[in-house]
Amino acid sequence: MSDTSTNTDTRGAFRKLADLDKTAVAPFLALAALFVLGALINPNFLSIDNLLNVLTRSSFIAIIAVGATFVISAGGLDLSVGSMAALVAGVMLLFLNSAAIDGDMAMLCVGVLVAIGVGALAGLLNGAVITIGKIEPFIVTLGTMAIFRSVTVWLADGGSIAMKSTSMRALFRPVYTGTFIGLPIPVWIIAIVGILAAFILYKTSFGRHVIAVGSNEDVAKYSGIHVNRVRAMTYVLQGICVAIAVVVYIPRLGAATTTTGMLWELQAITAVVIGGTALRGGVGRIWGTICGAFMLEIVGNIMVLSNIVSEYLIGAVQGTIIIIAMLVQRTLQRKK
Amino acid sequence: MRKLMIGLVGAALASTMTFAYAQDKKVNIAVSIPAADHGWTGGVVYHAERAAKLLEKAHPGLKITVKTSPDGASQANALEDLTTQGMDALVTLPHNSDELTDPLRQVKEKGIFVTVVDRALSDPTVQDLYVAGNNPELGRVAGTYLKDTLKTGDVVVIRGLPIVIDEERQKGFDEAIAGSGIKVLDKQFGNWSRDDAFKVMQDYLTKFPKIDAVWCQDDDMAVGVLEAISQAKRTDIKIVIGGAGMKDMIKRVADGDTMTPINVLYPPSMIATAMELTVANFYDQVPVRGSYILDATLVTKDNAAEFYFPDSPF
Repeated sequence: MSDTSTNTDTRGAFRKLADLDKTAVAPFLALAALFVLGALINPNFLSIDNLLNVLTRSSFIAIIAVGATFVISAGGLDLSVGSMAALVAGVMLLFLNSAAIDGDMAMLCVGVLVAIGVGALAGLLNGAVITIGKIEPFIVTLGTMAIFRSVTVWLADGGSIAMKSTSMRALFRPVYTGTFIGLPIPVWIIAIVGILAAFILYKTSFGRHVIAVGSNEDVAKYSGIHVNRVRAMTYVLQGICVAIAVVVYIPRLGAATTTTGMLWELQAITAVVIGGTALRGGVGRIWGTICGAFMLEIVGNIMVLSNIVSEYLIGAVQGTIIIIAMLVQRTLQRKK
Repeated sequence: MRKLMIGLVGAALASTMTFAYAQDKKVNIAVSIPAADHGWTGGVVYHAERAAKLLEKAHPGLKITVKTSPDGASQANALEDLTTQGMDALVTLPHNSDELTDPLRQVKEKGIFVTVVDRALSDPTVQDLYVAGNNPELGRVAGTYLKDTLKTGDVVVIRGLPIVIDEERQKGFDEAIAGSGIKVLDKQFGNWSRDDAFKVMQDYLTKFPKIDAVWCQDDDMAVGVLEAISQAKRTDIKIVIGGAGMKDMIKRVADGDTMTPINVLYPPSMIATAMELTVANFYDQVPVRGSYILDATLVTKDNAAEFYFPDSPF
């Protein structure tokens, strides 16, 4: 009932915005529809605290999905990001626990660099095997997904890796819980990552090459683009984004477990697609992706806040909402 | 069946055994368990390896092989390999009861002593000995504690995954609080994951202005719950009850943390209990066949030290 009505609502609202880029606006209209649904289900939904909680929680997937936007718009796919997040988190925590450098602050700064280094290397591994080995990204990243996960389990002895130093924990914690000018730090980090990514994708020659490679690899090659280099680079960017997500993730619970990052790859890919990026490549929408990640988290939030859905059926309702959001988008695209 | 008991079935032991040679007797025992895919199974692997060392030291002729498998199919293969290598007894925590009943039946048909841990087989005649924790009791102990401590209050529940173990725990809890002043405001699945439990708890805090206690049946989830509460700076929640006996949570109980006054055991070390009993069957001439159901022991400040393994990964 409410689903069909929100559908027509967005269509009606859409007609007034006819001169805007329709596909780019679609995810934001779907988001607005979710806001209406959430407000109807529970008045607490629209409270600033709740929305900031949800926005903050969506930061890991949003940041990872920004990286996935590059990979996917260049015609690739990375299934290893969830396991990679666990691995990067594990290595970063082991480094922080090693107390190799004096001073908590220095240790944390180097720890962040270590994380980004590990993420970039893991991404480079994916990219190199895919481009040099000429293997389908699906298979390569399925393989590295298993490899990164097992290595993490091995590093953690099957348990969890927790930050040992309580003083360092206290120093690091605000990265997730702290605020700056009223907004949580992770939200600022999403914004900065989004601005940088949008600049790279829309304003640099590398960004244009990414889109060209994703649209038509052969044409790109004959136009003198180093196709392999561009594609490999998208995986490195993906790795760096995973590392940034980990830097936001670790301070929340101060630990990595063997289930850290489980199924994040699917959530990231879903966010990218909901956001309007085509899975076949050639189109990339950074802000749509971030909106998509936010929508995924909101759907979960609305489910817990509602009293009408049995806890056994939440998955089904979530699936339905995601499909409807996509249908709204496709309808808008066809009209174009 | 739901009580602590040892079924004294089939006391007849191998006639080859004599007291004179008992200590030097050669016995091969294989242990087949899931790989460490989450905290609890990580604990199972740790305790299996720990018990193997202790038992081999105590019995010079004893050889214990511990083998982990990532899923049901590879565990079935591992069972075949272990049977080929030759063993006198098998201690196993099967990935999935339905999938592994037949492979285990084949092991049993070779005359091997079979001990099953935690997940009962669909055909109980295959197992000589069954060692498990008590899931309904885990829920009941938590529910009873809340009923006795709070008398009246609003409780939120975070469940694990929709499988039998979770249903049994939930049922035990519901029965314990039935008719009391304890009211369950909401139940949601947290998938036995810290991150998911954190999210669910954050949403509970948004949804309900006053919560007296949280029951989340698992210590990994309790970690996420406690973090969400401390971040929201809410002071209305008096008690958070986890379960299973993770070392960090046992330590909190031992240290007298007011928010986590108790824990309910569902210990991964039950694999060690099973191994001890199986070895006793061969060396000590004591009857062990039957079912051994461990209590869901209530851990309080007073007895916490007994259940604290600082070196365990769980």
